[in-house]
Amino acid sequence: MKKTVFFGALTAAGLAAGMASAATLDDVKAKGFLQCGVTTGLVGFAAPDANGEWTGFDVGVCRAVAAAIFGDPTAVKFTPTTGKTRFTALASGEVDMLARNTTWTFSRDVDLKFEFNGVNYYDGQGFMIPKNLGVTSAKELDGATVCIQTGTTTELNLADFFRKNNISYEPVPIETNAEGNQQYLAGACDAYTTDASGLASTRATFENPQDHVILPEIISKEPLGPLVRHGDHEWGDVVRWTLNALIAAEELGVTSANVDELAKGTNNPEVNRLLGTEGNLGEMLGLSGDWAVNAIKAGGNYGELFETHIGENTPIGLARGLNAQWTDGGLLYSPPFR
Amino acid sequence: MNRDQLSFVRHDMLPEAEPPVTEKGIVKWLRENLFSSVSNTVLTLAAIWAVYYLVSASGPWLINGVWDTSSLSQCREVLQGQVGGCFSVLTERWNQLLFGFKYPTHLYWRPALAFVLLFVALAPVLFSKIFPRKMLVLTGLYPFIAFYLIWGGTILTPIFALLGIVLGFLVYRKLIYQSAAMGLLGGVATAFVFWILTGMLGDTVAGVLALEPVASRDMGGFMLNLMLGVVCVSLSLPLGILLALGRQSTMPIIKVICVVFIEFIRGVPLITLLFVANVVLAYFLPPGTNFDLILRVIIMITMFASAYIAEVIRGGLAALPRGQYEAGDSLGLDYAQSMQFIILPQALKISIPGIVNVAVGLFKDTTLVSVISMFDLVGMVRGPILASTAWNGVYWELFGFSALLFFVVCYGISQYSQWLERQLQTDHH
Repeated sequence: MKKTVFFGALTAAGLAAGMASAATLDDVKAKGFLQCGVTTGLVGFAAPDANGEWTGFDVGVCRAVAAAIFGDPTAVKFTPTTGKTRFTALASGEVDMLARNTTWTFSRDVDLKFEFNGVNYYDGQGFMIPKNLGVTSAKELDGATVCIQTGTTTELNLADFFRKNNISYEPVPIETNAEGNQQYLAGACDAYTTDASGLASTRATFENPQDHVILPEIISKEPLGPLVRHGDHEWGDVVRWTLNALIAAEELGVTSANVDELAKGTNNPEVNRLLGTEGNLGEMLGLSGDWAVNAIKAGGNYGELFETHIGENTPIGLARGLNAQWTDGGLLYSPPFR
Repeated sequence: MNRDQLSFVRHDMLPEAEPPVTEKGIVKWLRENLFSSVSNTVLTLAAIWAVYYLVSASGPWLINGVWDTSSLSQCREVLQGQVGGCFSVLTERWNQLLFGFKYPTHLYWRPALAFVLLFVALAPVLFSKIFPRKMLVLTGLYPFIAFYLIWGGTILTPIFALLGIVLGFLVYRKLIYQSAAMGLLGGVATAFVFWILTGMLGDTVAGVLALEPVASRDMGGFMLNLMLGVVCVSLSLPLGILLALGRQSTMPIIKVICVVFIEFIRGVPLITLLFVANVVLAYFLPPGTNFDLILRVIIMITMFASAYIAEVIRGGLAALPRGQYEAGDSLGLDYAQSMQFIILPQALKISIPGIVNVAVGLFKDTTLVSVISMFDLVGMVRGPILASTAWNGVYWELFGFSALLFFVVCYGISQYSQWLERQLQTDHH
């Protein structure tokens, strides 16, 4: 008798777990497109162009995932989210994944019940000040007014940094990067702090960029990456390994230009496994064998995405820095495809 | 007195002399209006300095404006460090500012046509003395035409919606003689049954005279502000009147419901209601339901505005002397009649400035939807356009353009209301 109850409970628990977890990939396949949460606009990372098409570095990740699933990088719909609505949009199931330069932190991962699927940009918080202020280190900013975006990790980092160094500051809260840009130029704050990538791209739009300096201190670690809801590991794996495929492709020299050629078979077994000519990695993910080929063709490998949207030849002009491959002294390190 | 005693009488008139220089033309006007006293002279000089400062600062910016580059950096190259506006952002992105970035380009004529028709529909309501009453039929049909034009889809959706309302109204007319409550209930029930029945037809009729459908999510720009403003103001007026009357009602349940509704809604910031509409409802609704976001926002803004309008109208009702109510009673009019013919026409007239104030405020408040990631005019500026690599860093041109659009509409509304007040003036002092 007791045994029956136990088995019954087990079955019920199993069913419940099955319903809670196995859904997303099947749901996405059934509806025929990926619903991806992005920012309402961040230069280089996600913004619609003059024709209304979303482009950018984060958008590239969404398109790669869509291409891996459907073979079609346009099978994706974008939900713009703000810093305040992004997590509810993901938790309530409005979006399937979030690629919205979101910092991977302990509490977001554990407490908010999300699963980060890797890092597509290693960032860190910095300070920008007008040159004529004559400050050379962030530690000299005692008593300064600082423009800071609310609802972000930068706000907390700033408080930590000033407390640690026992100096005071006055925050000027702002809502978006554009607003911060404007407040800073209008002199409403002495310093503007946000992720260093944001500072560089903001400074690039100034009329006289040489009048402003970015201080050398980087006061935080900001690993930005795509995330999904907790509890659906199959779906999380699809996103994680699509991102890894883009990173590995750069390391292995697979680009959008030569991927068709290489997909016919090469002497490098890892390339063959990645591109599906050897083994059945795609099948294990529940995708087709050429999933990685499609993902790479969508916007190119990681390096190509970087160069197109935020690299040194764009107005944003970011150097690879920490975001170089591990073989070049950066932090990008994809686990092996085996 | 004798005529001969007068030593001198002038026989002819003096020729008209020119008035002194200080008493005529521009000099007089200047002296009387600008330099009539020391303090006025100081103020005039200060004003001249302020105007000069503004014009000399903004003049070159407007005149040197660049209209045909494709990015901010190009624009700066053309300007070569001179002062000048980069108006090319407007020429390149005007369509996104007006219609949002996802509304299909080849369908812009549809919302544009709906906008033109809006004036045709409003004319008989706003200028009832000039246009024939028969044009009100157009006003009644306009919401359905506008829906069909803006959202597209089969023409049967708005037609069925209209038929449902007509059917419900007919049932209401039939039953109203038995009891008011039954009439109302019967009417509403009939309309809903009709809508549910026609809703079942679903996909089978989806292709009938269909325009290319456009999803709510794809709407944006100034079009979204106008849509929200027009719909919410026109819905909240009747609702506000009902709430104001309900608040004065002697029936305790109705009174309590109205008081609680008004006080609750007025006690909550609009932005909170918008967040509820956007994120919180998603938790309560069963997963997979797709309750249109624009509809959710319209409901919230309408509730918000109707609570305020109710209070404005209550002020109008309270301003009427008690004798007016008693006059209605003494004529043997029932409640509905005395409200319709005696109380409301006077109360509403008193309330016009307040109602217009709420309407203008509400129209501007529609920009708050940019916070819940809808791309209205301000949302388009703050989000996609400022975040594009080409236009990151252009502020004055974009926000100035937005301010101009809003100013034109709000100034129009306020001018109309002043005209209306003059029209309705009955005390000829």
